[in-house]
Amino acid sequence: MARIEFNEVAHSYLKNPKGDADYALKRIHNAWEDGGAYALLGPSGCGKTTLLNIISGLVNPSKGKVLYDGREVAGLSPEKRNIAQVFQFPVLYDTMTVFDNLAFPLRNRGTAKAEVEKRVREVAEILDLTHFLNQRAAGLAADAKQKISLGRGLVRSNVAAILFDEPLTVIDPHLKWHLRRKLKEIHEQLKLTLIYVTHDQVEALTFADKVVVMYEGEIVQTGTPEDLFENPEHTFVGYFIGSPGMNFLPCKIDGNMARIDGAKIPLDEKTAVMARNVREKLELGIRPMYLEVTPFAVENGVPVQIVLIEDQGSHKIVSVKLAGQLVRAVVPEDKPVPEGKAWIVFPQQKIKLFADKRLLKSEGATL
Amino acid sequence: MKSKSRIFVLIIFFVFLFLPIYWMINMSLRTNADILHTLALYPTDPTFANYIKIFTDSDWYSGYINAIIYVTINTLISLTVALPAAYAFSRYRFMGDTQVFFWLLTNRMAPAAVFLLPFFQLYTTVGLLDTHIAVALAHCLFNVPLAVWILEGFMSGIPREIDETAFIDGCTMPRFFITIFIPLIRAGIGVTAFFCFMFSWVELLFARTLTITNAKPISAVMTRTISATGLDWGLLAAAGVLTIVPGALVIWFVRNYMAKGFALGRV
Amino acid sequence: MNKWENNKAWFFLIPVLIFVCFSAIIPLMTVVNYSVQDILAPGKTVFVGTEWYRIMLRDPRLHEALWRQFLFSGLVLLIEMPLGVLIALAMPKKGWGVSFCLVTLALPLLIPWNTIGTIWMIFVRPDIGLFGAAINEWLGIAFDHTRKPLDAWITLMFMEVWHWTPLVALLAYAGLRAIPEVYYQAAKIDGASSWATFLYIQLPKMRGVLTIALLLRFMDSFLIYAEPFVLTGGGPGNATTFLSIYLVKLATGQFDVGPAGAFSLIYFLIILVLCFIFYQVLQNVGKGAKT
Repeated sequence: MARIEFNEVAHSYLKNPKGDADYALKRIHNAWEDGGAYALLGPSGCGKTTLLNIISGLVNPSKGKVLYDGREVAGLSPEKRNIAQVFQFPVLYDTMTVFDNLAFPLRNRGTAKAEVEKRVREVAEILDLTHFLNQRAAGLAADAKQKISLGRGLVRSNVAAILFDEPLTVIDPHLKWHLRRKLKEIHEQLKLTLIYVTHDQVEALTFADKVVVMYEGEIVQTGTPEDLFENPEHTFVGYFIGSPGMNFLPCKIDGNMARIDGAKIPLDEKTAVMARNVREKLELGIRPMYLEVTPFAVENGVPVQIVLIEDQGSHKIVSVKLAGQLVRAVVPEDKPVPEGKAWIVFPQQKIKLFADKRLLKSEGATL
Repeated sequence: MKSKSRIFVLIIFFVFLFLPIYWMINMSLRTNADILHTLALYPTDPTFANYIKIFTDSDWYSGYINAIIYVTINTLISLTVALPAAYAFSRYRFMGDTQVFFWLLTNRMAPAAVFLLPFFQLYTTVGLLDTHIAVALAHCLFNVPLAVWILEGFMSGIPREIDETAFIDGCTMPRFFITIFIPLIRAGIGVTAFFCFMFSWVELLFARTLTITNAKPISAVMTRTISATGLDWGLLAAAGVLTIVPGALVIWFVRNYMAKGFALGRV
Repeated sequence: MNKWENNKAWFFLIPVLIFVCFSAIIPLMTVVNYSVQDILAPGKTVFVGTEWYRIMLRDPRLHEALWRQFLFSGLVLLIEMPLGVLIALAMPKKGWGVSFCLVTLALPLLIPWNTIGTIWMIFVRPDIGLFGAAINEWLGIAFDHTRKPLDAWITLMFMEVWHWTPLVALLAYAGLRAIPEVYYQAAKIDGASSWATFLYIQLPKMRGVLTIALLLRFMDSFLIYAEPFVLTGGGPGNATTFLSIYLVKLATGQFDVGPAGAFSLIYFLIILVLCFIFYQVLQNVGKGAKT
C-alpha cells in the first residue's frame, strides 16, 4: 500500500510535442491517498488510460515525477512497483487453469510453493472462485474471467494499488452491480488503494469516495460525488455530472443583476461583487433541479416559453426558451406544468458563475 | 528478445535469403567461359549478353509470354468458377455441403504427379495438348479449390442482411451479385487472384508435361537447358533472374496492403 | 451464423463441378482404369485386378521412397517451425522495417519452383557456386551434392528451409500481431519473464496460425517434386527419390502405366487420409478459438 503522488506530470505520445494539443496529459499534479477508493471519470480520449498506465509504469511520462510514498519510481518496471491492473477486457493465460493463473505472478517472483498455495486459496475464497480453481480459465464467463484478472493482482501481498481500466465494459448489466459490490467489499476488507477508470458517472459516483474528473488531458476537479454535483469547478463537470447536466447561460453583469440578453437575474451581493471584476467570458450555471417553474409571474421570475415536456416517470424534464437560449428544468411528477408561457425562478444560493469555464469563487474560499 | 539479438537474427536470416539470389544475379551478368574459369564474388566484367540472348531468341522469350498467357487464363477461370461456389458455401446449407467442400480441398492436396499421366492422355484425346488452355485447365486442379476456400472466408465476413435487403428490394440474383456483392469483396478477389497467379506461376510439372513447343513455358525451357549437354550457366542464371521479376513486381505493388493487412492481424 | 437451408445452392456449384470433373474425376478414373489393366500392346489390354496393387505394395523402392518422404517432411517441420517463429519474433512491429521484412520474406515464395532448384544448383556447385566453393576450398571439406547422399540431403534441406521458412514466419508474424497489447501489459505487471511471456501468451495465441502453417508445410513437403528434380534428379542413386519423383520416373520414364496407376492411387489414398486429419484438426482449432 502506498500514497501515490504526481508531481507536474505531463505526457505526450509524440517524440517532439509542440503545442498543448500534442499532449495526451497536460499537467497533472495530484496525490492519491493510501487506502482511498478513487474513480477517474471522463469522456473517451481524455487521458484516463494514459494516467493509469503512468501510475502502473507501463508508460513513462515525458515530464514530471511520480512518487510512491515519497520515493521516485521513474524507470521502475510495473513488476517492481507492485501494482495490480485490471484491463477493459479480461486478460487470461488461456492454457492455464484458474489456479495457475492466480499463482502466475507469485511463481514469477519465486515464491515458495506452500505460500503460493495459501495465497491463491485465500484470494479464490474472497472472489468466490474456489470451485473453478481446477478448471481451464479459457472456458469461463466474462465476469469470472475479470475476477481472475483482479485475483492476479490481489494474490501479491502488499500491492501498492489496484488499478481498474473500465473493467465492467464486457460484463452483463445484472452482474455489474454484483461485481461492483464485490469490489467495495474487498476495499473495505483489505484497505487497498483503488483507482477506477470509467466514463460512466453512475459507476464512478457509486464506487468511489473521491471522484477525479478529467477533461482534455487535465484534472478539472477532485471531490466527493456530492461536491461534484453541488460545486462543479469547471463547466465540464457541471455538464458531465448529473442528468440532465447543468444549464449554462452566457451573461453580463449589470449591478447586482446577471443579464442574459433581455432577461435579468438577481444575484447575491458577494457573487455580484466578484463578477464585476472579471474580464473573461462569463457564464451562469444552474442545476435543472433547482429551477422553479410557475404558471404565473412571481417576484424575480423570468418569463420563458415552454418548448418541450419529457415525462421521465419520477419527474418531468421541461425545456424552456429564455431569450433565445434553451434551459432545462426538472419538475416533480406531481407538480403541474403550464403550457406556452411560464416563469422560472433562479434561487440565488444555487447560482454559480463561471469565468472562462472555471468557477468563480471568493478568495480563500474552500470547498 | 533483446533488440540486439533481434537484429542479429534478422540480419543472419536475410543474408541467408539474399545470398543465393545474389549469386544467381552475379552469374547472369557473366559469360559462361568467365564463370567456369574463375570464382568471383562479383562480376568483374559485367555483360548483358545473356539477357540480350534471351530477349532476342524466340525460344527463350516466348517461354515467358506462354507462361504469362496461361497464368492469366487460369486466374480468370479460377475466379469465375469459384465465385458462385464460394457464395453457395458461405450462404447456404445444403445436402452434402461439408463433404463437397472437403472433397474440393483434397484436390488442392492431390499430388500433381498422380494426375500427370491421365492429363497427358486426356488432353491428347481432346486435342488440347500443347495449348495454353491445357495448362490453364490443369492448374485449375489446385487453384479452383484454393480460390473457393479463400473467397468463402471473405464472403462469410459480409453480413447476410445485405443479401436479404437486396432481395427484399426486388434485386435479382445475378444483378445483386454483379452490382453489389462483387464490389463488396473486391479485396478478397484481389487476394484470391494473387494466390492463383502465384501458384500457377511457380508450378513446373504440369506445365512441362502438357506442352511441347507452342505453349512451352519458361520453366520448361529452363529445365531443358539444364539437361542439355554443354550447360550455359550464365544463360540459365539470366533466365532464372527473369522468372523472379514478375513475382517481385507483384510483391512490390501489394507491399503496402501486406503491411496493412498484417497490422490488422489478418493474413 | 445460421445459413439458409436450400438445396438449390447446388446450382451455384455447377461450374466448379464441371471443371473439377474435367480436371480431377475423369483423370482419376483413367488412373483407376490403368491400375487394373496390363497393356500388352497398343489396343490390347488384359484385366489384372489387384495384381499391380499387390506388386506396388511390396515394392521395396516404394517403401524406401515413403520412409524417405516421412523423414524429409519431419526434418523440414523440425527446422522450419521453430526458425519461422524465431524470425517472426525478431521482426519489428512498426516503421519501414515491417514492409521491408514482409517483402523480403515473400520473395522466395513467388519464385518458380524450378528456378529455386536452379538457384541452389548454381549456389552449391563446388566449381562455380559460392556455397560449394566455400565449403570445399575454404573449409577444406569435400562437399558434393551430386555424389554423396548426405550432401545431397543437406543441400535439399537448406533449399527447403530457404524456400519455405518465410511462409511460416509470415503466418507466425500475423498471429503475433493479432495479440492485443493488454496481454503484454498484464504480463509485465505480473512480472513475467520474456520466456514466460512467450510460453504462456505468444505461443498459445499463435496456436491457430501455427497449426495451419504446420499442416500446410507438411502437405507441401509431402508433395515435393520440382526442386529436388532440378537439383539432384532424385540422386545420387535414389538418395533423394521422394514419392513424386519416383512416381514420375515410373510413369513417364519407364512407361509402366499399370504400376504407376496403382502407385498413384496408393499415394493419393495416403494424402487423403492425411488431408482428412488436416481438415479435422483445422475445424477443432477453429472451435477452440471461438470459446
